[in-house]
Amino acid sequence: MGLFILRRLGVMILTALCLTFVVFFLTNLFPNLEKLAKTQGNQRMSDEQVVSWLENRGYMDPLFVKYGRWLGVAPGFSNTLDDGTRVGNCVRPGVAEEDTPRFCGLLQGSWGLSTVFRDEVGTIVGKRLGLTGWLMLAVMCVMVPGALIIGVLAGMREGSRLDRTLSTVSITTTATPEYVSGVIFIAIFASSTVGLKWFKGTATSAMDNITWENFTLPVLTIALYGMGYIARMTRASMAEVMTAQYIRTARLKGVSFSNIVMKHALRNALIAPFTVIMLQFPWLLNGVVIVETLFNYKGFGWTLVQAAGNNDIELLLGVSVVSVIVVLTTQLISDIGYVYLNPRIRIS
Amino acid sequence: MEPLTWTGAAGTVLNPLLIIIAVAFAVSVLASIVSSFVFGGGRIQYGPDGMAVATGGLPGLINKALTYSFYALVGIVLAYLLVGFFTGHRGGGIIGGVAGQFAPVWVALIVTFVLSILFKRNLGLYGKLFDSVIGMVGFGLVMFWVYTALFTGIFDMIATHDPLTQVSGMKNKVPGTVLNGAEEGDYAWYLLGGDNLARDVFSRMVEGSVTVIVIAPFATLFAFMVGITLGLPAGYYGGKLDTFLSFLANLILAFPVILLFYLLVTPEIVLTGIPSYMAAVMFIFPILFVGILLNSRYYTQPNFRTPLLIGVLGIMIWFYLSGVSAKGTAINVLPPFLDLFDISGGILVVFVSVVFVNSPTVFRIVRGLALDIKTRDYVAAAQTRGEGPWYIMLWEILPNARGPLIVDFCLRVGYTTILLGTLGFFGLGLPPESPDWGSTINEGRKLLSIYLHPALPPALALLSLVLGLNLLADGLREESLKD
Repeated sequence: MGLFILRRLGVMILTALCLTFVVFFLTNLFPNLEKLAKTQGNQRMSDEQVVSWLENRGYMDPLFVKYGRWLGVAPGFSNTLDDGTRVGNCVRPGVAEEDTPRFCGLLQGSWGLSTVFRDEVGTIVGKRLGLTGWLMLAVMCVMVPGALIIGVLAGMREGSRLDRTLSTVSITTTATPEYVSGVIFIAIFASSTVGLKWFKGTATSAMDNITWENFTLPVLTIALYGMGYIARMTRASMAEVMTAQYIRTARLKGVSFSNIVMKHALRNALIAPFTVIMLQFPWLLNGVVIVETLFNYKGFGWTLVQAAGNNDIELLLGVSVVSVIVVLTTQLISDIGYVYLNPRIRIS
Repeated sequence: MEPLTWTGAAGTVLNPLLIIIAVAFAVSVLASIVSSFVFGGGRIQYGPDGMAVATGGLPGLINKALTYSFYALVGIVLAYLLVGFFTGHRGGGIIGGVAGQFAPVWVALIVTFVLSILFKRNLGLYGKLFDSVIGMVGFGLVMFWVYTALFTGIFDMIATHDPLTQVSGMKNKVPGTVLNGAEEGDYAWYLLGGDNLARDVFSRMVEGSVTVIVIAPFATLFAFMVGITLGLPAGYYGGKLDTFLSFLANLILAFPVILLFYLLVTPEIVLTGIPSYMAAVMFIFPILFVGILLNSRYYTQPNFRTPLLIGVLGIMIWFYLSGVSAKGTAINVLPPFLDLFDISGGILVVFVSVVFVNSPTVFRIVRGLALDIKTRDYVAAAQTRGEGPWYIMLWEILPNARGPLIVDFCLRVGYTTILLGTLGFFGLGLPPESPDWGSTINEGRKLLSIYLHPALPPALALLSLVLGLNLLADGLREESLKD
């Protein structure tokens, strides 16, 4: 088991390295750098000015050198411009020249500096991740119990009318992407002209103060899309368990139906949905980006859109590292958890 | 001229009826859910002669109420559509007008369904679809949009106005507003209102279906070609090849989709030519697939195989070169007189990125299926006969994996539709004035709390298409499991 986790960790690190390198490569293509130079410097720069702006700041160095700097295995870049200001990836405002460290990459714990927000990437990502954490927590609290209840109710009597109704509901929710359900929810519950006006159509105020009014719609929007999928998986697994021999034995012994469902079937039926729930995290990440844009909640997803839209290289790398870690960790947890829950599988 | 009301003259009769029936249906649905808890599942009861008898008592009554109110509900919706079909906006208001505009689609749908049901026993899996209600509903929804795209894109029939024309004075007007300065021959109303650039919402929604119906199935098909061509050898051979390809697939899957879109689908990336190179790589896979498929089957008959391969591959390579090479992009190899068509940069980058996102998942599914099927006896038999590995993969394993693959294809077209909408929602790829559903939703959402009508029609259209595809997949799965 220990060896298995070690191997998986090795693959994880390799994947993260490859991924960040791809992001690094794409953001460092010349047209992207040109855009960066123009947004940071001056929109009307000529081509030579753009090149010299980029050269002065070390953006024109070979790709691997730049990637090494970001990782912290190559010495940081620094340069003094004509007007005496010092630039470079280790230079921070207010830190004297002799105090500036030689290496400042991921290995040294420095995530770089965001060009859009003019702040440390680590601080931004931490703060935004905290905001998204609340959203995710609320979504999980709504989605998982809801999906499991729907799935178990539908799967315990396969083919019944309750099953048909709940299955149709869950198919409908899987067919409704967040930007559609969000729009419909805002139209019904938040529109100032015809709607019910129960909730607010924006979640900006939820960043400081989460209330029932401003947080319900975003949470519901994300939860609904993932809910149908988990519910269908739970239903399939529950329906399979209900046809097993030991359930029939329990029935023949005269155990009541509710006891069969609660005591005999439920535990075995929940093994498969566990994996699915863990693998839903990466999907939630997508939902979070859409919903945070739609409801203007400035969390992690919103940061991703800002970083990508402005070619903020280091912030984008930070965001991708975090999302890759989330995706791969949930995969690892789902594999390990599956082994613990299902005694028939052993990793040798 | 008067602005249209929602239901027009027919509404005075039909609206009260609709309310009564809807309430009756809602009550009976609730009652039947409660009764299924109280009385247990609907078990069939048998009379003394062994025939099934109707359930009596309260559960039976609820069942009957549910059935009849459901039929009544379907009937009243049909009545609205029929009034619209025959009288258009004069008799049926906005709903009638919309139903009237869709008249060619209704006719095509009815013809398709009547023909399919008549000949369903001779049509294989497609015919079996018409045995399941869910499958039929799904197929109906999908074909509705397919026909809409067909009639709009080719015959220019359904849309009432040009989707890009702005008419002064029509900005954000509510549904049913009379067209400002309508001339002879113009459709005199904006059926579903105007958006914030004073364009007709209904026409934009209808035109938007063309983009989706053209891109989504093709992109999915290409993703399947890539996934199958790489997944079969990965599953069949295993070993280092499998490890490498699986690592690559997991690498792409570990990217959040939206980050990938933001990295790939920007004007700056189009400038570098990366989408053209990616297209050049990905469009090879269908040629590879067809080439290997035919060669592995007919290589024992060289006289037949060689002309066949030359003909088929020649045409495919010509199409490949026409698709890949375009003037002013990174790849421009074909002289203009041979170039059949150009794919504009915006569409190409959207297409390529959607294929790129979808293929790793298809790869994993195909690999899993190949791993499972290669242990079967008929594969061992083929190996004993001395068949080549590609023959076994493409002519023994692939046909036996078709059931799950067809079902996944339907689901994946739906998912691709969602992805296209996501791209539009973030304003990536397609030009901003493009009428595709994602972009229209994105535009409409900005004024959503004041004006609902620009955002809701494309949202509901997308929802119904994806729902149709999911229901179709469900019906296909159910029917293919029955054998």
